[in-house]
Amino acid sequence: MADIVSLADGVGELVHDGDVVALEGFTHLIPHAAGQEIIRQGRQDLTLVRMTPDIVYDQLIGAGCARKLIFSWGGNPGVGSLHRFRDAVQHAWPVPLEIEEHSHAGMANRYVAGASGLPFAVLRGYRGTDLPEHTATIKWITCPFTGEELAAVPAINPDVSIIHAQRADRAGNVQMWGLVGVQKEAVLAAGRSLVTVEEVVDELEPVAGQVVLPHWAVTAVAEVPRGAHPSYAQGYYERDNAYYKYWDSIGRDRDTFRTWVRDEVLAGRDSADAAGDKEGVR
Amino acid sequence: MTGAASTTAASTTAESGAEQDYTSDEMMSIAAARALENGKRCFVGIGLPSTAANVARRTHAPDLVLIYESGTLGSKPDVLPSSIGDGVLAETADAVIGVPEVFNYWLQPGRIDVGFLGAAQLDRFGNINTTVIGDDYADPKVRLPGAGGAPEIAASCHEVFVVVRQSARSFVEKVDFVTSVGHGSGKGDRERLGLPGAGPTLVITDLGVLRPDPETAELVLTQLHPGVEVEDVRAATGWDLTVSPELTRTEAPTAAELSTLRTLKEASR
Repeated sequence: MADIVSLADGVGELVHDGDVVALEGFTHLIPHAAGQEIIRQGRQDLTLVRMTPDIVYDQLIGAGCARKLIFSWGGNPGVGSLHRFRDAVQHAWPVPLEIEEHSHAGMANRYVAGASGLPFAVLRGYRGTDLPEHTATIKWITCPFTGEELAAVPAINPDVSIIHAQRADRAGNVQMWGLVGVQKEAVLAAGRSLVTVEEVVDELEPVAGQVVLPHWAVTAVAEVPRGAHPSYAQGYYERDNAYYKYWDSIGRDRDTFRTWVRDEVLAGRDSADAAGDKEGVR
Repeated sequence: MTGAASTTAASTTAESGAEQDYTSDEMMSIAAARALENGKRCFVGIGLPSTAANVARRTHAPDLVLIYESGTLGSKPDVLPSSIGDGVLAETADAVIGVPEVFNYWLQPGRIDVGFLGAAQLDRFGNINTTVIGDDYADPKVRLPGAGGAPEIAASCHEVFVVVRQSARSFVEKVDFVTSVGHGSGKGDRERLGLPGAGPTLVITDLGVLRPDPETAELVLTQLHPGVEVEDVRAATGWDLTVSPELTRTEAPTAAELSTLRTLKEASR
């Protein structure tokens, strides 16, 4: 049975300095509150894994929590650049950031291999691009049946994966729906997992298109309403597009960012409150 | 082939002085929308491609199938999405699937007709860079977002349309980093690499349209938007641009096209 814990206890117990940590959620259900709790607890030297680093990793990178990033697309969706990510890569601020760069297809397959208990995955990818020259975790393999040369990428098995879902029941069975990205794979590939949810309920009413993670496949569940904000939780709240634009003005400047960390994260307030004050958006 | 009715180059000078009630970005989006044939299955990147695909679906191509890498097949949004994973894309889709499935079951086996991509940098053979600007990957001048889904979209869709604003900075002799392969270093490279799709067959910009030369696979100017001259395009191209002897002129946006585009943009504000 998954433990029902507070967010602070969940992060405190499951995320350690130096861990390989995956926070997943593809545009939808991004575990922002958990990311900010990692900053609040001062975790360092993390290897952060995520297909789309997004605002959530811009914050962790800017706060100096990461020493390495494994990713496939590092932009602010619909807005432009992730300035803290760029500053770390271009100027090693606040600490140097090693990068391991893939395509979405490669990252998705790395999670699938991890969830499947296999050492690697094969795909018809990367061919002719400059990525294999710079990314040591892309190699070539010959199909033993057809002779076709294919890309091979190693499994990702994070020490801990963190996702956000709509609901869990009191036993810790997790239910999510809408765009489910690679969240199931990220949880099943990981040694430990923390799922933040909009609400813990007595019974999980079935929803069309749902994915259910049984309680015995999840380490801990924390109830964190609006824990995905400024991304969205289908059935609960919409994507806060204004916040993504607002983030551009925060992330662009080191001092503005530091002030934001001090006032909005270390002071213990979550991003939902911060956005409500700043933008007048829900 | 593009679905755009074109006039010949001979009629261009008469138009070039005319006042336009639309922007070059609007012309680009509408020219890109026209290129999408009704009923095709289109893998849509965010930004300019998404705008064009949604204009197409609301004008001449109501049965265009929009596929977004977040895991939606057949999205029918009534507003332009801000990201490739907005709720409206999932809520209006024929099917919502996980991300591994998007790439493994739908893209990789060749089920998608058109890959519709943007670019930060594009070269004379249609190779795309969205990774780094500068010669040194480890110490880039500008760090760009990276690959996303594009390398495999460019490899496996039957053909690729690129929609991108044209400038001498973005249209270069050779990209600093090959994120997604166009025609490599020329004709035959895709076959040698074993890439299943035809690669970029159309590059739509705010100035005109380029297509790969059938003999060399080099991008040549085949179409000019209204009010644009060949010299304008040459000035915005970082290689010695070849102009097709059959250069045509893009038909100006119709009132209906402009109104569709503007309504979509307005609704998503």
